[in-house]
Amino acid sequence: MKAKKKHWYDYLWIWSIVYFSLGFFNILFAWLGMIDFLLPIMLAAFGGNKFFCNYLCGRGQLYCKLGRDLKCSRNRPTPKWMASKWFRYGFLIFFFAMFGNMVFQTILVANGAGNLREAIKLFWTFRIPWGWTYSGSVFPDWVAQFSFGFYSLMLTSLLIGLIVMIFFKPRTWCTFCPMGTMTQAICKLRNKARKQIEE
Amino acid sequence: MASKRCAAVDETICVACGACEKACPLGAIKVYKGCFAKVAKDRCVGCGKCEKVCPANSIQMESRVNV
Repeated sequence: MKAKKKHWYDYLWIWSIVYFSLGFFNILFAWLGMIDFLLPIMLAAFGGNKFFCNYLCGRGQLYCKLGRDLKCSRNRPTPKWMASKWFRYGFLIFFFAMFGNMVFQTILVANGAGNLREAIKLFWTFRIPWGWTYSGSVFPDWVAQFSFGFYSLMLTSLLIGLIVMIFFKPRTWCTFCPMGTMTQAICKLRNKARKQIEE
Repeated sequence: MASKRCAAVDETICVACGACEKACPLGAIKVYKGCFAKVAKDRCVGCGKCEKVCPANSIQMESRVNV
């Protein structure tokens, strides 16, 4: 049996490591994570596919590398409730509520109604000082505030993914990943609309 | 000779993550329009690799008679 040909996008797990490492040196690099937010939505909305999840998701690849190749996963079946619709959509709503809260904090800083908090919040609860990654820049403070908030979201979701990877299958995070849930919903709606037009 | 088993996807549970697509050595399973995975039954040899990697437990190996 022939080995599958490797593509450049099979190495995007390296990008994931680089992204999270950069956040330890300069928090402004957190903005690069917006690629992981916007690209899947654009591909789903305009291309009608989950090309990002299937091929470009560095995080999913990282979980595969750690869980399958490095055998860090117990490889147990994912609990049924974790892949259920109510949990997936519930988590999507919760995640975007937290995203909205983060944007609100950014707006407060932009309007001068709030101070820049040089800390990240893990699991939306634990505040960890992260000030060494920011010592002022040419950008206004709200840019940094967004970076701290966004990096918190990204790091929290990475850690949740790692925890479920250890206990269950390597890509268990994919079952309730908010981006995955949203892009699948977009694709389903798109196909439904297309079918109705064809009929 | 066709194998006795073949992968079957529960489309209502599938999250279309594409893990099965990567695991399949024969390219017999593909994510269809970002909605769910679909099996090309003529290519599937029933090795069960897709079932093992599926995080949503949406793939079951079934007897070809039932598929």
